[in-house]
Amino acid sequence: MKVRAQIGMVLNLDKCIGCHTCSVTCKNVWTSRDGVEYAWFNNVESKPGTGYPTDWENQARWNGGWERTKSGKLQPKQGSKWRILANIFANPDLPEIDDYYEPFDFDYDHLKSAPEMEAFPTARPRSKITGERIEKIEKGPNWEEILGGEFSKRGEDYNFEGIQKQIYGEYENTFMMYLPRLCEHCLNPACAASCPSGAIYKREEDGIVLIDQEKCRGWRMCVSGCPYKKVYYNWSTGKSEKCTLCYPRIESGNPTVCSETCVGRIRYLGVMLYDADKIEEAANAEATTDLYDAQLGVFLDPNDPEVIAAAARDGVPQDWIKAAQESPIWKMAMEWKVAFPLHPEYRTLPMVWYIPPLSPIQNAAEAGAIGTDGAMPDVKNLRIPVKYLANMLTAGDEAPVVTALERMLGMRAYMRSKTIEGVTDEGLAERVGLSGRTIEDMYKIMALADYEDRFVIPTTHREQVEDAYDLRGGCGFTDTNGCSGGTSKASLFGGAKKALKMPSEVM
Amino acid sequence: MHNFFFGIFPYIALGVGIMGSIARYDRDPFTWKTSSSQMLRRKQLVMGSILFHVGVLIIFFGHLIGLLTPIWIFDAIGISHGAKQLLAVVAGGIAGVMALVGGGMLFHRRWTDPRIRQTSSFWDIAILGMLLAQLVLGLLTIFVSLGHLDGHEMVKFMSWAQGIFTFDGAAASYIADVSWIFKLHLFLGLTIILVFPFTRLVHMLSVPVRYIWRPGYQVVRSRRQKPANPAE
Repeated sequence: MKVRAQIGMVLNLDKCIGCHTCSVTCKNVWTSRDGVEYAWFNNVESKPGTGYPTDWENQARWNGGWERTKSGKLQPKQGSKWRILANIFANPDLPEIDDYYEPFDFDYDHLKSAPEMEAFPTARPRSKITGERIEKIEKGPNWEEILGGEFSKRGEDYNFEGIQKQIYGEYENTFMMYLPRLCEHCLNPACAASCPSGAIYKREEDGIVLIDQEKCRGWRMCVSGCPYKKVYYNWSTGKSEKCTLCYPRIESGNPTVCSETCVGRIRYLGVMLYDADKIEEAANAEATTDLYDAQLGVFLDPNDPEVIAAAARDGVPQDWIKAAQESPIWKMAMEWKVAFPLHPEYRTLPMVWYIPPLSPIQNAAEAGAIGTDGAMPDVKNLRIPVKYLANMLTAGDEAPVVTALERMLGMRAYMRSKTIEGVTDEGLAERVGLSGRTIEDMYKIMALADYEDRFVIPTTHREQVEDAYDLRGGCGFTDTNGCSGGTSKASLFGGAKKALKMPSEVM
Repeated sequence: MHNFFFGIFPYIALGVGIMGSIARYDRDPFTWKTSSSQMLRRKQLVMGSILFHVGVLIIFFGHLIGLLTPIWIFDAIGISHGAKQLLAVVAGGIAGVMALVGGGMLFHRRWTDPRIRQTSSFWDIAILGMLLAQLVLGLLTIFVSLGHLDGHEMVKFMSWAQGIFTFDGAAASYIADVSWIFKLHLFLGLTIILVFPFTRLVHMLSVPVRYIWRPGYQVVRSRRQKPANPAE
């Protein structure tokens, strides 16, 4: 057993209102620069839809993530190491910027500088790459907002796999949901495995996956390797960039910008302990439907004395173990089993999890009677097909999603009965496999969602790893040569060089 | 003048090339990159880039081995100068045409596609132009070489190149009477070495061969100085 800690995230899709505050605040902080105008470390998609970049979920087209070969070996879907190197001159799986969208701005200045004209002046779009006029914008970061565009295009959505989707194109049967997406900070990151330079690494202390900008050479294999298409090539600097899980904030115990600013309070951050020795086995589970359970098997119970001892032995600080015991992620993913990984079939063991959304009762009006199962409506009658959610969250296995939805409906019914009728219906709780006490805890964390309940983030122990003397007068966060310390140990110009203490590779 | 260009300039070019590359790698690793533009426009890149890179790599190693292998080794293993000359002309010719076609596609794309043109630096365009000119000159030398297939002309270049690396003061004199096309080819080649550290060409120094034997697929970094003590 090799215990490591990971900062995980859960998004409660049942409460997402699709306001894009997460995307906008993230953009303002991280990607309002040349070369990454088109990149959204966090974006919110309307589902069903093909998403951003178009059709990203379809790995038959993009070859992202991992695959289990016929001989039972786990390797990146875009190929073995030799194959990746053979494609280094031209990467056949790399999206073009038009698969995202050509970044644009508008001629706002024209609005105030235009001479007297017969028609009102307008602000017309202009490409941010070439500076030339764009006559018609064909695509944007959220092109399918609230079911924009015709169903024949949106219906290409990969999650319709195995569903008779035609009826969902009809007005009466339409359904939709929001899917906010960011880097999954996977336990088994395909981007890191695909990087020929070894520039992408996972941090041992908190599991955040980062790209070393000085070591990245721009071979661009990570862009195609990531099945979520959350590594972006900066066409200006020639380096890849990705979500950093706002590590400077996480290190100081603050939630990420997207989580902090979420007005729906749908985001949770917490620590998960996992067994690093089990990763390969879990990611290599034979059937894709086994991957969800396999990933659950990687996590370690932070209340188990054996795990606590092993965690201390492997250098997990005490306050991190304590945070893991109070982790909202642990509760939602492991205890209540209402949160699920996004597309476990990519075999990346992602660490941003989702609570599936409830939806209105289908056909209730036309049938005149709602299909109910006792006091609770039958989840099969929900407007969003369970199969659709299962394709997204459990590789198509409907049973865990049904349980989660039933538990959420059960929580509603139980709390409604308690607060309105003043009756605590223990039987209702039992029917969904929970106790009344657990449901009230669920209610507190998932429905009330206080700040302290949502974000349980221990601070980084800098005092153990950094020599403040070396960092004095340092450059903070920079991606230019303003303060480059170089990478070699010896100085070109005589004397010993004072090196910053950089992370060292342990594997 | 001849002695400057072929006796002294090589040392300047190699000196700047080597020291400049070390300094850039050390002082400014952020700028050390391939500068791929595939994401902005895939068209013409896939074919162009593969042809160009494969062709150039064959030519590069052909020159390296052909020029710097001591002449006595060829004599010892019984490869006649004529045979070597023929091999160089055929292999170099094919690879040269590949690289020229591929490079031509890349240059056309870089020059005419507004996305690529706008995002290109001066050196992105200049170095591609220089490499294309060098390829053309190199291919032109084939016609000169066809005039003396016995290979004695080639031995002059080998003596010169090896003279440079063995600090032979008379190195330049070995190629005093060769065709001007060769001289131009040599001069441009040396100039490319001179500007090498200031261009994107540096990416060829970081061919990711270590990837092949990098253990496992996971890369994990720790900031902890040492494994934590169990007693803690």
